[in-house]
Amino acid sequence: MLFSPTPLHIPDGFLSIGVSIVGWFLAVIFIGIALRQTKDQLGERQVPLMGILAAFIFAAQAINFPIAAGTSGHLLGGTLAAIVLGPWAGTLVMTAVIAVQALLFQDGGLLVMGWNIMNMGVITAFSGFAVYMLVARLLGTTTRSRLIGGFIGAWVSVVISAIAAAIELAISGTSPLHLGLPAMAGVHALIGLGEAVITVGAIGLLQASRPQVLTTGETAPGRRSAVFTLIGLLVALGVSAFSPLASAHPDGLEFIAELQGFLGLAQDSSYELMPDYTLPFLSDPVLTTILAVAVGTLVVFGLVWFIARTSVQRGTIGE
Amino acid sequence: MHIDLTDQYRHSESLIHHLDPRVKVVVTLIFILAVGLIRDGSWIAFGALFLGILGYAAASRLGMFYAVRRSIIAIPFLLAAAPLPFIISGPALISFPALNLTITETGTIRFVSIMIRTFIAVQAGILLSATTPFPGLVWGMCSLRIPRPLVAVIAFMYRYIFVLADEAIRLMRARAARSPEIPGKGKPSFIWRGRVTGSMVGSLFLRSLDRSERVYGAMASRGYDGEMRTYSTFHMRGSDWVSLIVFSLLILGSLSLMFLR
Repeated sequence: MLFSPTPLHIPDGFLSIGVSIVGWFLAVIFIGIALRQTKDQLGERQVPLMGILAAFIFAAQAINFPIAAGTSGHLLGGTLAAIVLGPWAGTLVMTAVIAVQALLFQDGGLLVMGWNIMNMGVITAFSGFAVYMLVARLLGTTTRSRLIGGFIGAWVSVVISAIAAAIELAISGTSPLHLGLPAMAGVHALIGLGEAVITVGAIGLLQASRPQVLTTGETAPGRRSAVFTLIGLLVALGVSAFSPLASAHPDGLEFIAELQGFLGLAQDSSYELMPDYTLPFLSDPVLTTILAVAVGTLVVFGLVWFIARTSVQRGTIGE
Repeated sequence: MHIDLTDQYRHSESLIHHLDPRVKVVVTLIFILAVGLIRDGSWIAFGALFLGILGYAAASRLGMFYAVRRSIIAIPFLLAAAPLPFIISGPALISFPALNLTITETGTIRFVSIMIRTFIAVQAGILLSATTPFPGLVWGMCSLRIPRPLVAVIAFMYRYIFVLADEAIRLMRARAARSPEIPGKGKPSFIWRGRVTGSMVGSLFLRSLDRSERVYGAMASRGYDGEMRTYSTFHMRGSDWVSLIVFSLLILGSLSLMFLR
């Protein structure tokens, strides 16, 4: 049995119950949208196409190449899946991969699977795709721009999902942010290079042999809102990284204390809706914190998405 | 990532193997939830749940230490929690004045607790996949309110992971056969090797895409209309209900041990 785990598959026990539940909450929403979008996009083909391409990503992750000192580069695949299928289909494919890895091989936990799906499925698919499309918009849709977009997109997606994982670990009190974030981001800045080179190689081959495959992804549903979904996710992550939940946790995260001066300014203005990050009509502190974080994250995400969405629609009418 | 091409199911004629897959899924989830809810340093409760796992493994006739042996896969991740003993403030356990580092008692307790949680939870997952055939595991989830199309995609994926992984291995064998290392010559660059790997991924993608078209065509010609149907139906027998209740009570009992002082 060959096995080289990436620190992105979080096992059970590393995230607190509250954080895990919020992850599932978000994952369920994204999976629901992804299922509806791919049904519209693919119809009867949804199950066979998504199923076999999920198996493809699983198999593609096994194709590796030696880098140095016993380490090897291999694919995570979220960006590639999103580029060739569109972000929602990419999310669904990655969800299936993560579910099978967790259920069959214990690669990543069950209770924390919600966050694994968010990190390696939703965030990689949307960040990779958004960067790819941005580059295409800046440079025009040429072979070169596709390769450049694929390279940057793949690298960014791995780094962002590592940062997301670091933030989740920090909020759970497992790994302090001031150590975990640079460590995770640093390691994955290197791993991301492997991802980027492989993704470029794959796009190059598709471009040369069957370029029409690449246009399917570029016209898939979700391409317009991808950038804004991503921004929403990032803002929500940023907010939760500095949320008072972190300082409410009994141990770990002393860094919050260091940042208290700075946080004092931000907290008061952004959470007036829910004083002290709890809902008044519930008394159990754990439950209310979970609910408050979930509601807060959703509200932030929803707001950003809504603002972005309306500005996009205005943009399209203006064009 | 796994390059493990063997199914994880281990057949045996045991009580656990014959349980309804849904009971096993629910019990596993309750177990992992309980492991997560135990407070740091409640060694008795951790111990009780660990004994429970050993008993469960023994009852499944896979051998008491079946899951323990396989649980090492979670070890690399422990690095993420490794700084905890140095970070969390509390009574000092060992000090290294020269390095300006102190291992605190509170931090060590937290680190060890996280380690134990992961260790036990992984074993629960291992036993779930070892005692339940994957199709049963997946289709049983339909009745646990997991959306049917998602279950269908996962079930479909399971059918093809071994096929496509074989294809990936053939690609790698072909690469190994065609790019030997020549003594005296330097290794090719990182970029070159990465692009070759990328091309392999790309051609695997095209083969998968073509395969999915053929499979869809075959399904459509046999009357597939977008809805997955299965012959297998799941019935909760009396013994399933009894097991569900007994296991849940045992887990709750173990959990309540953390209030012992």
